[in-house]
Amino acid sequence: MTCLPDIVPGQKKLGLVIDLDTCVGCQACATNCKEWNASGHSGPLPDLHPYSAGAEGVWFNRVHSFEAGEGERGRTVHFPRSCLHCETPACVTVCPTGASYKRAEDGIVLVDHDLCIGCQLCAWACPYGARELDEDEGVMKKCTLCIDRIYNETIPEAQRQPACVLTCPTRARHFGDLGDPESEVSRLVRERGGYALMPELGYAPVNRYLPPRRPADAGAAPREDTPTPMDVTNPLLRWVDRVLSR
Amino acid sequence: MPEAPTPSRPMPAAAPGADPRVDYSPPVGDTVKTTTCYMCACRCGIRVHLKDGRIRYIEGNPDHPVNRGVLCGKGSAGIMTHYAPARLRAPLLRVGERGSGEFREISWDEALDIATGWLRNVRETDPRRLAFFTGRDQSQSLTGFWAAQFGTPNFAAHGGFCSVNMAAAGQYTIGGAFWEFGEPDWDHARYFLMFGVAEDHDSNPIKLGLARLKERGAKFVSVNPVRTGYSAIADEWVGIRPGTDGLFAMALIHELLRNDRVDLDFLARYTNAPWLVVRNPRGPDDGLFARGGDGRPLAWDRARGVVDASLADLSPVLVGEVALPDGRKAKPVFHLMAERYLGADYAPEAVAERCGIPAERIRRIAAEIAEVAFDRPVVLEQPWTDVWGRRHERMVGRPVAFHAMRGISAHSNGFHTCRALHLLQMLLGAVDTPGSWRYKSPFPRPIPPGPPPAGKGAKPNTPLAGNLLAFPQGPDDLLVDEAGNPLRIDKAFSWEAPLALHGMMHTVIGNAGAGDPYPIEVLFMFMANMAWNSAMNPGEVIRILTEKREDGEYRIPRVIYSDAFFSETVPYADLILPDTTYLERWDCISLLDRPIGSAHGAGDSIRQPVLPPDRDVRPFQDVLIELGARLGLPAFVKEDGSPRFRDYPDYIVNHQRAPGVGPLAGWRGADGTKKGVGEPNPDQLRRYIENGCFWRDHLPPEQAYFKHANRDYLAGAKAMGLVPNENQIVLQIWSEPLQKFRLAAQGHGPRQPPMHLRARVARYCDPLPFWYAPLEHAGQDTEHFALSAITQRPMPMYHSWGSMNAWLRQIMAANRLYMARARGEALGIKDDDWVWVESRAGRLKCQVKLMEGVNPDTVWTWNAIGKRAGAWGLSPDSPEAVRGFLLNHVISEWLPAQAASAPGHRLANADPVTGQAAWYDLRVRVTRAAPEEAGATEPRLPPLREPPGAPPRPEILRYDASARRGRGGRRSRETIGD
Amino acid sequence: MRPSASIILFTTAAGAGYGMLFWLGLLRPLGLVPGGTAFGLIALGIALFLVTLGLLSSTAHLGRPERAWRAFSQWRSSWLSREGVAAIATYPLAGLFGLAVLLGWEGMAAVAGLLAAAGAAATVYCTGMIYASLRPVRQWRHPLVVPGYLLLSAFSGATLLAMTAAYWGRAAAPALLAALGAAAAILLKRAYWRDIDTAPPVATVESATGLGAIGPTRPLDPPHTETNYLLREMGFRIARKHAAKLRRIALGAGFAAPLALAVLALLAGGTLLPVVLLSAAATLAILGLLVERWLMFAEATHTVTLYYTGR
Ligand SMILES: Nc1nc2c(c(=O)[nH]1)N[C@H]1C(S)=C(S)[C@@H](COP(=O)(O)OP(=O)(O)OC[C@H]3O[C@@H](n4cnc5c(=O)[nH]c(N)nc54)[C@H](O)[C@@H]3O)O[C@H]1N2
Ligand SMILES: Nc1nc2c(c(=O)[nH]1)N[C@H]1C(S)=C(S)[C@@H](COP(=O)(O)OP(=O)(O)OC[C@H]3O[C@@H](n4cnc5c(=O)[nH]c(N)nc54)[C@H](O)[C@@H]3O)O[C@H]1N2
Ligand code: SF4
Ligand code: SF4
Ligand code: SF4
Ligand code: SF4
Ligand code: SF4
Ligand SMILES: [Mo]
Repeated sequence: MTCLPDIVPGQKKLGLVIDLDTCVGCQACATNCKEWNASGHSGPLPDLHPYSAGAEGVWFNRVHSFEAGEGERGRTVHFPRSCLHCETPACVTVCPTGASYKRAEDGIVLVDHDLCIGCQLCAWACPYGARELDEDEGVMKKCTLCIDRIYNETIPEAQRQPACVLTCPTRARHFGDLGDPESEVSRLVRERGGYALMPELGYAPVNRYLPPRRPADAGAAPREDTPTPMDVTNPLLRWVDRVLSR
Repeated sequence: MPEAPTPSRPMPAAAPGADPRVDYSPPVGDTVKTTTCYMCACRCGIRVHLKDGRIRYIEGNPDHPVNRGVLCGKGSAGIMTHYAPARLRAPLLRVGERGSGEFREISWDEALDIATGWLRNVRETDPRRLAFFTGRDQSQSLTGFWAAQFGTPNFAAHGGFCSVNMAAAGQYTIGGAFWEFGEPDWDHARYFLMFGVAEDHDSNPIKLGLARLKERGAKFVSVNPVRTGYSAIADEWVGIRPGTDGLFAMALIHELLRNDRVDLDFLARYTNAPWLVVRNPRGPDDGLFARGGDGRPLAWDRARGVVDASLADLSPVLVGEVALPDGRKAKPVFHLMAERYLGADYAPEAVAERCGIPAERIRRIAAEIAEVAFDRPVVLEQPWTDVWGRRHERMVGRPVAFHAMRGISAHSNGFHTCRALHLLQMLLGAVDTPGSWRYKSPFPRPIPPGPPPAGKGAKPNTPLAGNLLAFPQGPDDLLVDEAGNPLRIDKAFSWEAPLALHGMMHTVIGNAGAGDPYPIEVLFMFMANMAWNSAMNPGEVIRILTEKREDGEYRIPRVIYSDAFFSETVPYADLILPDTTYLERWDCISLLDRPIGSAHGAGDSIRQPVLPPDRDVRPFQDVLIELGARLGLPAFVKEDGSPRFRDYPDYIVNHQRAPGVGPLAGWRGADGTKKGVGEPNPDQLRRYIENGCFWRDHLPPEQAYFKHANRDYLAGAKAMGLVPNENQIVLQIWSEPLQKFRLAAQGHGPRQPPMHLRARVARYCDPLPFWYAPLEHAGQDTEHFALSAITQRPMPMYHSWGSMNAWLRQIMAANRLYMARARGEALGIKDDDWVWVESRAGRLKCQVKLMEGVNPDTVWTWNAIGKRAGAWGLSPDSPEAVRGFLLNHVISEWLPAQAASAPGHRLANADPVTGQAAWYDLRVRVTRAAPEEAGATEPRLPPLREPPGAPPRPEILRYDASARRGRGGRRSRETIGD
Repeated sequence: MRPSASIILFTTAAGAGYGMLFWLGLLRPLGLVPGGTAFGLIALGIALFLVTLGLLSSTAHLGRPERAWRAFSQWRSSWLSREGVAAIATYPLAGLFGLAVLLGWEGMAAVAGLLAAAGAAATVYCTGMIYASLRPVRQWRHPLVVPGYLLLSAFSGATLLAMTAAYWGRAAAPALLAALGAAAAILLKRAYWRDIDTAPPVATVESATGLGAIGPTRPLDPPHTETNYLLREMGFRIARKHAAKLRRIALGAGFAAPLALAVLALLAGGTLLPVVLLSAAATLAILGLLVERWLMFAEATHTVTLYYTGR
């Protein structure tokens, strides 16, 4: 089971494309994910010491912020981080029980909590920190790509999207088949220079991030043909003869 | 023009083959109800899924015009607010000293008896002795009406500390405002300038809008000392020095004028630029508009000389001096305006250093704006008709949009700064044109709108007629006595703050404590955490609330408070009226209040109960209506003295403010066919519920723009009761009401300010926008207190009320003081160091985080993350209390010591025109704390004692609405929600 | 990486046990350790005791120990599963070896001993591979990690075997192996440490976020202000100074001292002195290994911390 499915060309690869150019770091994707999944496929997502010091819980999606570059020319970037549903993820192959698996049909990486022994090796194996230990149940959990939404026939078709995607107020999150070069998400990745995180580790993440766009070029140059008002006797005079009508 | 639909996203593919480990199609819940979110004031539409009587999932309503299906970080965490252990459970009566937290649970009957007794006593003797103030609520049309019925002038909501500068400057200038009263034309703007916005009320609409701008490749410039949130995704970040935006805006104005890049046609048609202003130095009419015999403003026509300014065929002369028929001299507004801003004071070079923006950059931005506005206009092939009855074949707009909020308004120069931004918009011709900023319904309104504030002549047992919060047009409308002293406890609408349109909640407790202008008997508050984050200085508020008179009675003898949660203010009240959560009650987001309309049309909405309360709590509105009936307030009882309304839903449907005008505008009339005006419809709430709990009107495309001068729009607005007449709303560059106050201060007219305020009124009531350094800087050593200190709204928290939410508090349980890396390094301060932050009002201790994206002379922190130990159902050692801090501890509600001219006179730390609390004028000094001082923030007030009946804190929470709840968990289950 | 007591105990104890089993199985047929039943059974007993102790302790690390048996199923992909399979497979071999020793079936004992030795080596190899296959942890995904596990297991096993054999007065071979193992361990660990101290990181915050094109990248705010599982598990960092000291302790007390003691034992005559010397060597080796294993975690860094601390 924890052997990876063979990658065939045109393989369906469901995943997310996250636009760092529009993400404002509002945390909606994080809390909506928590809310959906608390009672979802992998729920509950427990919280320890919820009303005391040391509160912490299981979250499938966490939003960081970074500063890149220095001073005014730099940029602040909000950066949501969840499972990237890698194509060759060691989190799956290291799993001794078969609890971790990558689905052949759509590439989603899931954990079966009924099999998981909580050895946590998959968490060590994930470079991206996408695995979340439910310390209470003693099993590993993670982003399910909302598997109980995206195929859910009781939900209207337009809503069969991951919770985080539907809720994102800046529409910075896109969901689709990255294995299909014609899909909307593949087009976005192509046009916007979408990239994978830490490709050097060889996990071949499916999710892509769209980079912040380059600051719009300097724009119009200041007009210097007009003398400064200090240099002319009465700058108002130029409007005296202006004929205006309503 | 229809609102953009929710983009439909293609389904990736059909369901895959069977996977025995996955249940692909579990039903989301067993019931779903629509209502309106109230995790903040944005009022998004939500769909609440229930399963076995518990909340399974809250999602955005895709059909809702406000949020079109999206939810923010708070709204998505509603489950945890609804089930928070910090919820109050029953009415409480104080039994120990104030602040001790010793309460007894009482019945609602007893609570209402007590409240009625206290209130009746006041109403029968001197109703002014009730101060009824509400915080972040959305029921001001009810609460304000109730206060007027009670007969006290002392009513207001949070607007005074919030953004009255934006509201006042906008409504007195363009008949609308930034804030939540206007919005950029997200679909057409090509250049968007945002000033001082971290989140704003229009939380999701702004985010959706920014996404649309980005999709279309528009340029987004954010002017803000801090580069986070929205500013983080701006194409250009202008890290301005706090309090100097006015200078920056006026330098842009200078540049546009200097280069003659202004829209003279727009100015001539839609603004008072051509109106004539009387020049009569030191005369009683100086600076007033020249008016004809009918009182209408005059203009100077190129062919005909001085004529009625509203003529359709006016060909105005904009500069020069003209003699009026009566011989007085006058100049056009444009002339006076251009003269001022072409002055050397406003040249980019003159302001660059102060603003922290190089002159070159200011000039470049001015050129960019002009280029977009004039060389790349938006042209919509949409005919429309103007107020003069002339048909225009197309709508031509200047696609430069502005938006601004508290970064402008929370300064004591915010009113004028905001007016300067509106002036900039007018010069560009960018008010309600395609691509520019647009009015949201019900705006535009006449300038200034409506009648003056009610509040004069309060008498026992007598309602006050009119609106307590309204619009003075001049000295006669102020709420002052013969000597010029304030009539209201907060001194709103007095010479200290003539345009305090929203009241001055931040001064109420301070003034009541000092008996200035008079003592009060009952302080009645609703949804306002006044002993903590909405106090300008919590220490002072707590001191006053616990202070006693010589006779042993509290200085403020009775405090009644309605909260839904155990906030820091609860222990300081005598009687607690516990409210429901937002999912347990009816509410009404009314056109009479701050509705959810948009540029596309009017709208309003309701909340319906999704779950019944599981505690002994009642919706505050029900309670207020019952109190009104018990007190016999005329509008709340029938002729026979019995209650007029059963409850709030009954009031929502049947109350009429004026004939045919009630809280809700949709489905009026007996058969539900009328909008805006019409008899009550007994079926109205059902119609709302069927429609997803909202009603939305859609303007036809010919009414979409130029609303201030769009004949069809104005006619429709009048029919809906949104405006009193169909007249053009002429945008006001020169503000005559301000000049009237100034003239009074110069010794003209029957009502003049007291001596000690004359210079102040004369200076700040300038009819044209001008810039002055924030008031609080004047009275102190700004070299010693070298840094500006400001706060920002964190997106996932709503003021103080997110910390009881088990999910939201994990995101932000503590806050730091952010500081420019270079500045920190110069002061020898590293990341994580503990520092002292000192101001003239006190000092606090906190931990530092260095960053790049902040103006080097500015420090900042997230607002209201610090909590008092013991509050909000949190253990006293929670990070909120140990590593969180509240900047308010070093803010003062009063300006530095006043001039000797009026000893003992305190002036609020506020804008001198509007009374807006000047939170962001704060100056501080930051020094490293000694190593042994590290570890906890200061000041640390003693922990609060939890109220009786507070549930035990679970050690683990395994929220799961479904039947397999808590599967496999090894520790104790959560206790919430059962 | 957080040094977890159960795993440290597991790899140390099981490593030593397997090492001992390995040498026992290998040296006994060669006659380099005492050949009698008692020695064979006692040495085997010690080895299996340590192995079992280690394996049991490793289940304490599991969130669901009662499901530990499931871990044997994925031997085709998972080194942890293979380790489990190898560990379990080694038991019957060791048992057979014990039975043969008990019954004095020397041929069988030799074969079973060699098989058990192979099982032990395989198990330790799998253990090493668990770590060496983790790309996010560069200190583990290192060519010296598997040799290190094998070598340290062999070294500690030899020391223990030498100590046991010393009671029979025939500790020379295992003592010599222990000495050689210690010397090799010193060389290997020094090379390893030098290497991980200078090797470049596998990834940077710039590649972890993809923001390097804009400029040097620093974390501004973490997603949550309090800590979490990932940070506790992967965020553990040890100060360089502290680590250097522990390295010296591991090298000195854990490897160099046993080396010296083993050499002394080789030189010393009689039974008592070698028993004392080799007991001390074994104790120090185990303690040193505990330190070394602790460092193995404490010095390991995981790429997930790039998102939190930028390092
Ligand atoms: N330093 C600094 N201070 C500031 C500001 C700033 O920018 N910086 N901003 C200021 C501004 S603009 C504002 S508006 C104020 C806001 O300050 P407040 O108006 O005090 O707002 P909240 O903190 O949201 O507190 C409102 C209270 O309402 C309670 N509440 C929540 N839900 C309900 C409910 O359903 N029913 C009832 N009855 N009560 C409920 C909460 O428990 C809380 O005690 O803060 C001001 N304070
Ligand atoms: N999530 C969330 N949303 C909220 C609220 C909340 O508490 N949480 N509160 C609601 C309320 S009551 C209000 S009033 C609104 C307020 O909405 P905002 O106006 O967005 O609120 P602030 O956080 O006060 O934002 C002020 C911004 O101005 C910047 N600033 C400060 N001084 C200056 C200056 O001199 N010049 C410029 N250009 N910028 C400056 C600050 O850095 C900050 O980014 O938000 C509402 N929405
Ligand atoms: S992101 Fe981590 S958990 Fe997700 S598939 Fe890749 S390696 Fe596995
Ligand atoms: S923790 Fe569970 S899912 Fe992860 S590797 Fe171990 S058994 Fe597999
Ligand atoms: S896809 Fe679903 S599970 Fe994954 S981060 Fe988004 S909401 Fe969470
Ligand atoms: S919801 Fe969207 S904007 Fe908000 S943090 Fe997530 S990705 Fe960013
Ligand atoms: S912005 Fe968020 S909290 Fe506010 S009403 Fe909308 S969803 Fe609710
Ligand atoms: Mo506010």
